Amino acid sequence: MNPWYSVLISLFIVIGLVLIALIGVGSIGLNSLFGVYIPYVAFAVFIIGFIWRVVEWARAPVPFKIPTTGGQGKSLPWMKHEKLDSPFTTGQVIVRMLLEVFLFRSLFRNVKGELRGGPRLTFASSKWLWLFGILFHYSFLTIVLRHLRFFTEPVPQWVQLISSLDGFFEILVPTFFLTDAAFLLAATLLFLRRVVIPQVRYISLPNDYFPLLLILGIGISGILMRQVFHVDLEKVKELAIGLAAFSPTVPKELGSVFYVHLFLVSVLAAYIPWSKIMHAAGVFMSPTRNMANNNRAVRHINPWNYPVKVHTYEEYEDDFRAKMKEVGLPVDKE
Amino acid sequence: MYNAGKVIIGILIFLGLFTYPIWSPIVLGKAGPPPQLEKPDPAKGKVCVEATDYMRSTHMSLLNNWRDWVVRDGNRIYTGLEGKKYNMSLQNTCLDCHKSREKFCDRCHNYVNVSPRCWECHIEPEYKQQQAVAWRSK
Repeated sequence: MNPWYSVLISLFIVIGLVLIALIGVGSIGLNSLFGVYIPYVAFAVFIIGFIWRVVEWARAPVPFKIPTTGGQGKSLPWMKHEKLDSPFTTGQVIVRMLLEVFLFRSLFRNVKGELRGGPRLTFASSKWLWLFGILFHYSFLTIVLRHLRFFTEPVPQWVQLISSLDGFFEILVPTFFLTDAAFLLAATLLFLRRVVIPQVRYISLPNDYFPLLLILGIGISGILMRQVFHVDLEKVKELAIGLAAFSPTVPKELGSVFYVHLFLVSVLAAYIPWSKIMHAAGVFMSPTRNMANNNRAVRHINPWNYPVKVHTYEEYEDDFRAKMKEVGLPVDKE
Repeated sequence: MYNAGKVIIGILIFLGLFTYPIWSPIVLGKAGPPPQLEKPDPAKGKVCVEATDYMRSTHMSLLNNWRDWVVRDGNRIYTGLEGKKYNMSLQNTCLDCHKSREKFCDRCHNYVNVSPRCWECHIEPEYKQQQAVAWRSK
């Protein structure tokens, strides 16, 4: 698919979603549809779809032990074993997994080869993707956790602590959160990476651009709601707590920007199980990441193995013992 | 399903995390009701500086603008709803009707977990009275 076509189609879908929410709430007044029913359906699709995807993965047999390795496996005692890059025990697998999940270690190890003028190919460490990625994921996490203030009463101390740290510099009124800026920056850079670098652009599809643009839309609508088109937070919290308690009350007057934000979040939630965002569960389910590189020490039984019908030498001899004796061939059993 | 034990533990962790808003009020105690704000004395009039919806959502920007206009531009007159003129002052105008910080400002602010820094410089009238009483009874 033409990459520009992929970018444009994703952009149009996101703009279309924004317009659907704006028209649905602003012009037609479907407040309860966008405030209650769509969020419920989206949440149900998210939870059920997520579990369904994980169970589907768990049902797939792994015929071989196929961990990806990036270093010397355990071998002779005088060879240095790279425990994290070629884990031998379950403990080492767990440590490698934790480093991957929390620090994105495999992106940190990224090396890029370039012809820098000279005839020789130069390899150098390239940490941009790691930097944007970790910035993006941790600011997203912080933002999600901060939103718990709308779902809990009283608000837990740790949520308050996160919010106050995030607004530490008290820029603007209401306080502009640092993670909002980091989030927008990182998501924009991840998007531009797919647009600007020709090799990455070549392999990018709408399912790469769409989630990024959707998430950018969520971030922008959220920041607009906080800083520009203010909404009545007390009503927002009433709605959120009502939704969580399954007895929602639909507020009549809440700005359209709130419904745009909520609708985009609902679309994202419902989209997650069918999208690449499932890498959140996929990283744990990947045989290349959750298996130890100990092929020679621990036998991996292929779950596909069926009982093979074999004909042993003893059975062969039983069949032909008389004939073998006749021509003078040695037999094990007389 | 292969490794069913481990996969089910993973799914349960996922469910526990993402349904936190649903189970936490049941386990940790039901969420309190939305805050009830103390209505100002009806004798003071029924209208605020701007419409109620606007005040509920945007009062912080209004107050921030007031701060700039008064402190930086020296302008103290604000023309509100229906051309009515107000003295731009948190203590003398806002708190004249909304007497109690605790029963008006804080109830919503605590509910949605915001902690504005108004009170590091301004003093609420009830607090002033309490201090006076406390000082006299010493």
